[in-house]
Amino acid sequence: MTRLLHGINASPGMAAAPILIYSNSQPVIEESTVADTAAEIERLQVALQGARTELEQLRDTVKAKLGEEKAEIFEGHLMILEDPDLIDAVIEAIQTESINAEYAVQTASSSFIEALKQMDDEYLRERAADVSDVSGKIIRHLSGAAQTDLSQLTEPCIIVANDLAPSDTAKLDMEIVKGFITEIGSRTSHSAIMARSLGIPAIVGVGTLSGDIKTGTLALLDAVSGSVILDPSEDQKQEFAGKKEQYDRQQAELAKWVNRPSLSADGHRVELAANIGKLEDVQKALDNGAEAIGLFRTEFLYMGRSSLPTEEEQFISYKYVLEKMNGKPVVIRTLDIGGDKELPYMELPKEANPFLGQRALRLCLERPHIFRTQLRALLRASSYGNLKIMFPMIAVLSELRDAKALLEEEKAKLQGEGIVVSDTIEIGMMVEIPAAAVSADLFAKEVDFFSIGTNDLIQYTMAADRMNETVSYLYQPCNPSVLRLVRMVIEAARKEGKWVGMCGEMAGDESAIPLLLGLGLHEFSMSASSILPARAQIGGLDRKRWSELAEQALTMAAQDEIQDFVRSQS
Amino acid sequence: MISKTFTIINPTGFHVRPTKAFVQAASAFPCTINVENKGKKVNGKSSLSMLTLGIAAQDEVTLEIDGEQEQEAMEQLGKLLTDIYE
Repeated sequence: MTRLLHGINASPGMAAAPILIYSNSQPVIEESTVADTAAEIERLQVALQGARTELEQLRDTVKAKLGEEKAEIFEGHLMILEDPDLIDAVIEAIQTESINAEYAVQTASSSFIEALKQMDDEYLRERAADVSDVSGKIIRHLSGAAQTDLSQLTEPCIIVANDLAPSDTAKLDMEIVKGFITEIGSRTSHSAIMARSLGIPAIVGVGTLSGDIKTGTLALLDAVSGSVILDPSEDQKQEFAGKKEQYDRQQAELAKWVNRPSLSADGHRVELAANIGKLEDVQKALDNGAEAIGLFRTEFLYMGRSSLPTEEEQFISYKYVLEKMNGKPVVIRTLDIGGDKELPYMELPKEANPFLGQRALRLCLERPHIFRTQLRALLRASSYGNLKIMFPMIAVLSELRDAKALLEEEKAKLQGEGIVVSDTIEIGMMVEIPAAAVSADLFAKEVDFFSIGTNDLIQYTMAADRMNETVSYLYQPCNPSVLRLVRMVIEAARKEGKWVGMCGEMAGDESAIPLLLGLGLHEFSMSASSILPARAQIGGLDRKRWSELAEQALTMAAQDEIQDFVRSQS
Repeated sequence: MISKTFTIINPTGFHVRPTKAFVQAASAFPCTINVENKGKKVNGKSSLSMLTLGIAAQDEVTLEIDGEQEQEAMEQLGKLLTDIYE
């Protein structure tokens, strides 16, 4: 019967193969009383025989494949399995205490494990792991879940498990294992990280799977959409094969761009950066060839908790990202809270128009103790990498000046305390309020860079709430008014010799990229997964030609017209 | 019951291979075989118990054998205890 599962894409890709159900977890053994001890001993004997057969097969395969010496470990395991003191202790416990065989095996083996762990001889101490391995095998045979040795797989398969431990994944042969599906886990669990580093598709966290799923069932693993089809129909198989072929071709094409510089066809260099919102995103940014972090949203540090994050907590996070980026630029935006993002413990007053209210820097300047803590953490982290600090939601120059003054004060204090602060921190601002865009020439004299926040710039320029469906038609990245503001900002910065980036969705939008390149945008910051497609696209664009085409486009009256024009010229 | 003490000369003591040889030989005898090292006495037919003795080179190990074929067992097992395996 066809079944559909959904989970978290832990490692992107697509694979079709029969599943292999793998159990590695030492089941939790509960003590229980058995009425018929003779039957329990019989059950133990059957399990011992099963474990023996399994070990003998393992020994023979390994001997044939890897030689006598490697097979010796299994000889040792067989010896443990037949050990009279161990087995007698188990049988005696079942007979005298009327306990279940699983519990008796666990108790008897743990006394040997403990004794071996106390040995002076390191070799003998390591044998404790062998005893534990063997007792685990017996217990799995008792509970009916035979374990497959992952190093012995011969047929292509997708592994289905509750979770995979490092010792399991270390054994995998990537030619054979086409993917994983795990019941538990997140993007950061060991199995997810391992899948990404091995480059095989994986979906984690599909939830508890019922026992009727069987080894050998065909699975279509789509770790792009996050779904798995078990026992698919012929149509589903064909559709999947088509999607997989297209995906694989695209990936092979994109992979070529990971370590290349971001150059236009005529050799103009731009910077492709990633937007990140939590620490785990940094690795993804690097994996996708990010040349910088163009927007590090710090709100995650403040959310999902009941009090403000301390300076030390923040410092550790900032330092982590800076070190991980290893000298590449990291633009950290100071707290952008209020608007649609609320924090219960800050007791923000309810506002009629939160997007036009006391949010972001406005709030930080009103509550300087919160702001100073963040600035200190940033300054302390600055000596660990290439930090750039960016202030959000600036409408008037005095806000920028006030923020910079607080930063200077904290810097002086830290230096007074003997703490090293980098001398080369660039200070920039988001351009997301039309007032700042229109007077960008005034701001450009007092910052090192601008980053255009298009999500807010569009909604403020068009006076249209981007969450409100009824006015969503006004949310137009390629509207001439928006593009003209972008041009004004870039021009103003160029006159002052400052650089301009963009960190809204628009920066990764393929219909906007040619125009932005033509207008002279330097840094494009986007979600990590958009970077390689953007780099490939820019590689095919002639920057000089697009400078002229962009000027032409900006004379057009409507977004549709501009988008059609871009498409026709691409 | 007979008993006799032997000095271990195998340089790494009694790891899995010598233990396995000893236990296999001991298990073939009908008599009871106990092995004592540093005050601890265990069943000579159990490799796990033998390993927990932590027998090292130069240890003085005593064999205590009781029952049928005890002489023969002592001779054969004593030889295995004093063999060099590496």
